[in-house]
Amino acid sequence: MLYLDIIIAGLLTGAVYGLMALGLSVIFGVIRVVNFAHGEMMVVGMYAAYLIAVKTGLDPIAALPLVTAGLFLLGYALQRGLINRYIARPEHEQFLLLLAIATIITASLLMGFGPDARSVQLDYAYDSFQLGPLLLDKVRVLAAVGAVLGVALLWGFFRLTRTGKAIRACADNQIGAQVVGLDVKRLYAVTFGLGAACVGAAGCLMLLLIDVQPYIATDYTLLAFIIVILGGLGSMPGALLGGALVGVSEALSGFAVDPSLKSAFSFALLILVLLVRPQGLLGRA
Amino acid sequence: MKHSLNRREFGLGAAATGVVLAAAGGTASRAHAATPIRIGSLLPRSGFEALIGQGCQRSVEVAKKLLPDMGYSFEIIDADTESKPEVARTQAEKLIREGANILVGAFDSGQTFAIAQVAEQNGVPFVINIGSDPAITEQGYKFVFRNFPTSIMLGTNGLSRFNDLFKATGATPKTAVLMHVNDTFGQSMLKGINALMPKLNLPFQIVETIAYDPQAKDLSIEVAKAKAAKADIHMVVTRLNDAILMTREMVKQKYEPMAVISPGSPGMYQTQFLKVLGKYAEYAITNVPWLDPRQQFAHAFEAAFKKAYPDEVCDIDAGFTFEGILICADAHKRAVSAKPEALVEALKATDIKDRVMLGGAIAFNEKGQNVNLPSAGVQNRNGKPTVVLPAENAELKPVFPVPGWSQRG
Amino acid sequence: MRSGRFPILPRRAAAALALFVAAMLALPFFVNSYIVSVLVVVLFAAYFGQAWNIVTGFAGQLSLGHALYVGLGAYTSAALFTRYGLPPWIGMLAGIAVAALAGGIIAALSFRFRVGGVYFALLTIAFAEFTRILFDHFDGVGAASGLFLPVSSLARDDVLLLRGSPVMFYYLLLALTLGALALCHDLLRRRIGYYWQAIREDEEAAQALGIDVFRYKVAAMALSAAMTSVGGAFLAFYENNLYPDTVFAVGRSIEIITAPIIGGLGTLFGPILGAFVLTTLGEAMTSLSSGFTLNGLKQWCYGAALLLIVALQPAGLWPWLRARLGIGAVRR
Repeated sequence: MLYLDIIIAGLLTGAVYGLMALGLSVIFGVIRVVNFAHGEMMVVGMYAAYLIAVKTGLDPIAALPLVTAGLFLLGYALQRGLINRYIARPEHEQFLLLLAIATIITASLLMGFGPDARSVQLDYAYDSFQLGPLLLDKVRVLAAVGAVLGVALLWGFFRLTRTGKAIRACADNQIGAQVVGLDVKRLYAVTFGLGAACVGAAGCLMLLLIDVQPYIATDYTLLAFIIVILGGLGSMPGALLGGALVGVSEALSGFAVDPSLKSAFSFALLILVLLVRPQGLLGRA
Repeated sequence: MKHSLNRREFGLGAAATGVVLAAAGGTASRAHAATPIRIGSLLPRSGFEALIGQGCQRSVEVAKKLLPDMGYSFEIIDADTESKPEVARTQAEKLIREGANILVGAFDSGQTFAIAQVAEQNGVPFVINIGSDPAITEQGYKFVFRNFPTSIMLGTNGLSRFNDLFKATGATPKTAVLMHVNDTFGQSMLKGINALMPKLNLPFQIVETIAYDPQAKDLSIEVAKAKAAKADIHMVVTRLNDAILMTREMVKQKYEPMAVISPGSPGMYQTQFLKVLGKYAEYAITNVPWLDPRQQFAHAFEAAFKKAYPDEVCDIDAGFTFEGILICADAHKRAVSAKPEALVEALKATDIKDRVMLGGAIAFNEKGQNVNLPSAGVQNRNGKPTVVLPAENAELKPVFPVPGWSQRG
Repeated sequence: MRSGRFPILPRRAAAALALFVAAMLALPFFVNSYIVSVLVVVLFAAYFGQAWNIVTGFAGQLSLGHALYVGLGAYTSAALFTRYGLPPWIGMLAGIAVAALAGGIIAALSFRFRVGGVYFALLTIAFAEFTRILFDHFDGVGAASGLFLPVSSLARDDVLLLRGSPVMFYYLLLALTLGALALCHDLLRRRIGYYWQAIREDEEAAQALGIDVFRYKVAAMALSAAMTSVGGAFLAFYENNLYPDTVFAVGRSIEIITAPIIGGLGTLFGPILGAFVLTTLGEAMTSLSSGFTLNGLKQWCYGAALLLIVALQPAGLWPWLRARLGIGAVRR
């Protein structure tokens, strides 16, 4: 029964990881740029939710739409103003550009908020409930439900709306999309905005689980990479699956082997998948 | 055309950079032996240790105001190590070039190591305010002095308070689980604890040891594992953020041991821990050196600190950083000189009875280590870490076993 | 070929190189130990940058995990020295073997399974991080508590045992950096250099021309790893303490690659120029921002400077500098 508890805890955390990684996946799948500032963008989302909570007393979940919209605009502007000029450039130049953006974000947050870990005080922060034999952590369940909803919404957007379909067309064939008259530049900006929105939403949910600090970003960028590659870069269900896999593998290896080795298991999993199925579990070859 | 190395520009460009660097350094270098003494303070004020580094910096600021009123004359030049050993090294060199007669720092063992080497090579004394790696004072350094317990001392002194706690409260646990962060500090504490457990004649056995990643963002599994061990007391070696994560998980998972006790690590007495966890931060016990409530100087320092920073806890880091500056200023006062040899002789003869931390007078052994740094038992009470052990220094009596999570106001 | 078009240049270039070497040799006599310690940082960055430049700049395979080879070189030589008293120069050879093997295996695995581009880059990070965590648990070399080299003998310069002052390390690193420069210069004139560049520009075309792409990519990685490990050994004996979390850090991998990208990826002098510019920039910003109590200002300015460089000179500073001075064609 203990193992079941642990697997469920891993799955719940994994769902939030999945939403965060989804943003990275969407951006890469369409624009073919690896967002090395991904973790930093999530931390921006976390600080935004924190600020809203402190100033207005709004719960991070209630603030989620606002933060998501804000990050969408930020992502849109970043793509339009900066990144778009680099999409045809070599990878190392994109890397340096995003590294510079990441450095500036972290330094700005350090100057603005200081190095203290910030958190929001919630009435239900410590609640957990019994479901049959299982002990479930309320905050984690909320965060996971939010994450799955977010993924579903995005999936609906790509399948059902005109813009979503256009973006998919762009991803499949950029030149073709241009030929039929799609505004690729705008669609790219929308895509980057959506990726940023995902990670912003994940930031709000993450704030329920952990305290925010300027320096946690790099770890999450790495984590997002692992998840996305496991699931398949560019695959939406893949991001969720990757998140769940990482969540569960960390939980199980932490419990059964040695908690301090648990991220080594994630990296081992990543190496294994890359070598056996480089396109990821659900990625297209 | 593939290989057109342009040697001319290559030479000129590099030489020009060198000249610029040389010019920058040249203007900065000044003669030694200026009065008042210049103390070079090195702390990790940015980078991943920024939180603690900026915390220590507060104490430096208090020292700048408080100590001159007491007849010490000095000037402090501040430097930021950016939480990196290589920056610590260049910054230490830079401070010496800017006329620092003595260095003090640097919280982190890796950075402290780098500075110690610079100090030795330049023949400039270095007082370690915080840095617990035992290896630092085992190198035969002549210019390095440490007024902070090694991790082995921390472990020994911390563990020996356990028996005092059981004696004072009459409760005797039989089992314990030890959860520790798996970094430099956590591992050397673990070694110390494992070596000492058999010698100290403690009533309990450690039934499970759980190591976790210093970068862990989620400790639910670790806490579940600890809970499954069903031990009487929960021993921890933490840093700050993981201490918060751990306590939250303990509340959520309704894991209620007799107490959470740290045999000597940061985390549970820190401002952030108290602020974020509120009532769940109460009763946590940490056995660390602390401000001595019986020392007048400690009260004066705490009052000055509280006046400048009302929201912060005046803790072990604050105390030792302040004492670091005090030791430098005191050595200078007795040496009546800012020459390194004179300062080293004065440091060797250090005997500061009026101090802020618990324990006898500050003095250094032949290795430059202050061996007289006992730990107090510090329990969070009414939102403030309070000395509860040893009995003769205590402000309040210890509470053990502690009330369960759900029984707190 | 070149001398035919610019008959005067080689002699002037050789003279300029001699001038540069002379200036670098003379510098420690004129500057204080702070500048020497900064120059040591510059030379480390320049050397690591040159080593990384081989696999990414010449052969076009983006590695983001070079801290792995720094760590392997550092730990191998340091552990052999502290445990068995083996002189560092012998330990260095062992480190070269270990790192070249590791690099070769990682490259062979990746390229055999056709992992390339971004995926390869992330795989290199994964291997580096995996190794960092392993070393955190590797008791034989101190695990997370760290590995220490005795520093009591630092008073006298001893080149054989690599014990001594920063000035000694300055000269050793200078020799190493110049040696790497000569090696790269030579490699690019050889067949292997041309093959690498062919692979970098168009892998499929290179394959079609009959180049054994797999073999040359693996060779680039192994050589780059081996060279990096030598720098790692020097780092171990310069710093005298090793912690897995700092030696294998992702941050170190990123620092290694920043200088050559800023200087000009794939160019010979780019890594050296980049190292000078970045380190000088960092020190200047530390001095400038120390007047303010705003922590993080330095990092902000540093990020802004990176952004400025990548926005204005995405191909790096060296090609730009050369074009400005009107000498030679810009080669990327």
